[in-house]
Amino acid sequence: MSNDPAVEIRGLVKRYGPKTAVDGLDLTVRKASVTAVLGPNGAGKTTTVETCEGYLRPDAGTVRVLGLDPVAQAEALRPRIGVMLQSGGVYSGARAVEMLRHMARLYAHPLDVDVLVERLGLGGCGRTAYRRLSGGQQQRLALAMAVVGRPELVFLDEPTAGLDPQARRATWDLVRELRADGVTVVLTTHHMDEAEQLADEVAIVDAGRVIAHGSPEQLCRGGAENTLRFTGRPALDLGSLLKALPDGTEAAELTAGVYRVTGAVDPQLLATVASWCAQHGVMPSSLSVERHSLEDVFLELTGKELRA
Amino acid sequence: MSAGTFTPAAGAAPVSRMILAQTALETRMLLRNGEQLLLTVIIPALLLVLFSAVDIVTVPLQEGGAEKSVDFLAPGILALAVMSTAFTGQAIATGFDRRYGVLKRLGASPLPRWALMSAKTLSVLVTEVLQIALLTVIALALGWSPHGDPLAVAALILLGTAAFSGLGLLMAGTLKAEATLAAANLVFLLLLVGGGVIVPMEKFPAAVQSVLGLLPISALSDGLREVLRHGSGLPWGDVAVLAAWAVLGLGAAAKLFRWE
Repeated sequence: MSNDPAVEIRGLVKRYGPKTAVDGLDLTVRKASVTAVLGPNGAGKTTTVETCEGYLRPDAGTVRVLGLDPVAQAEALRPRIGVMLQSGGVYSGARAVEMLRHMARLYAHPLDVDVLVERLGLGGCGRTAYRRLSGGQQQRLALAMAVVGRPELVFLDEPTAGLDPQARRATWDLVRELRADGVTVVLTTHHMDEAEQLADEVAIVDAGRVIAHGSPEQLCRGGAENTLRFTGRPALDLGSLLKALPDGTEAAELTAGVYRVTGAVDPQLLATVASWCAQHGVMPSSLSVERHSLEDVFLELTGKELRA
Repeated sequence: MSAGTFTPAAGAAPVSRMILAQTALETRMLLRNGEQLLLTVIIPALLLVLFSAVDIVTVPLQEGGAEKSVDFLAPGILALAVMSTAFTGQAIATGFDRRYGVLKRLGASPLPRWALMSAKTLSVLVTEVLQIALLTVIALALGWSPHGDPLAVAALILLGTAAFSGLGLLMAGTLKAEATLAAANLVFLLLLVGGGVIVPMEKFPAAVQSVLGLLPISALSDGLREVLRHGSGLPWGDVAVLAAWAVLGLGAAAKLFRWE
């Protein structure tokens, strides 16, 4: 069982009327790993996750969660997964601890509610009704509700949306601890830093498909090229530099005296550029190597235009 | 938390424990809500006291007897109490549960849907028991002398609860929460006036009477009155009307209810 994936999605298609939300998506989630599903709004992240949770029936393709069909075998699956919805999920008049205690009663071996309350700082919610809690408190309660049943797999839909930096850190710490204790975590986010910080695997989703998949390091290295920038005197002859550099490398003068070399930036390339500068009597007043962040990769893959 | 705190140990609680916990929570939510209490407790109690003490509507009392107006009113108010909880209260609460994603979230918990619906029904019955106890005490204090077989009364109340629950869930499962709130209150008011609760059916024209008589609230208040006031056996006509509403309402709700 240990080698079977926690989640396996093949060719998932989901339509809402004429709109195709998920369009042939494949995704495999290893057990005891953290997978971030990253994508712009409307990319199909929530639809994908809600299909795994058994809320939606696929129009085509197969979804297996812990080896089970989330719709047909829902009753067997539900006790084993934890779910954090993007919003809501609590009686408007319920108090935070009351709701959490109630969720705990639905499971055979729940966590100690008092410990979880303290851990997520929910003790301060007191007798306040859910609808009057702050957005951050509501988020933390939803997170607590997702883990209280000691699930094997948790789905967190935008777990840190609207949280202040401290609460965000606390959520990150909790996710790391879940992973360390052998819980599989699937989370959606559009924060690149969150994916970079937490995820073993990142799946970048756009227009209902996975367009890139790998560890954050792999994505930053493979998906996009790195950049070397230097400044010198204006209007240098870059033709001779390009001849010295490996094929596929590009060089351009961005503005007067600011040069950019794009390609597989490695020590060899750095040496080539330095010696070319020496040959041409150029003393770079600055020289920097920029590693692409996941954000660059993301923007490069999904396009830079804003989406509705 | 120490290492291993989150080590998976997944599993559902026994279903009886889940239903019990869910019933307790649903009942607490119902009793905590001020508007709901107004509807389920305060309005029926006030109507009972007010109309018993003051002769606002002339109640057709049996001749020569020692009958008081509370003998006419109490069965109607009991019917109203059943409607306020099983229909109005349940429709509004369930509508907002749906709107706040509670039904959706519970749908991903180990609690099966049938168990959630059972818990909701049990919570309605618990509330009704509390209402009926309170209203009975008030009515007795006003000099009420009930007759009839308590089992017939219980049967009518259970059937009425089924009929009103079906209609309430149908409304909550198909309309928006705000629309449910408005419509459920409006229906409550209309049925309060036109369903033989405090206004005797004889006050309406004969043609209207025959239509009003087919409403679930009329069947329940008339049925309860037959038993509690006149000591009759189970009034089969009213039972048939309530059963028909129960089948229609619960059937339509089961088919059309949308969970999100």
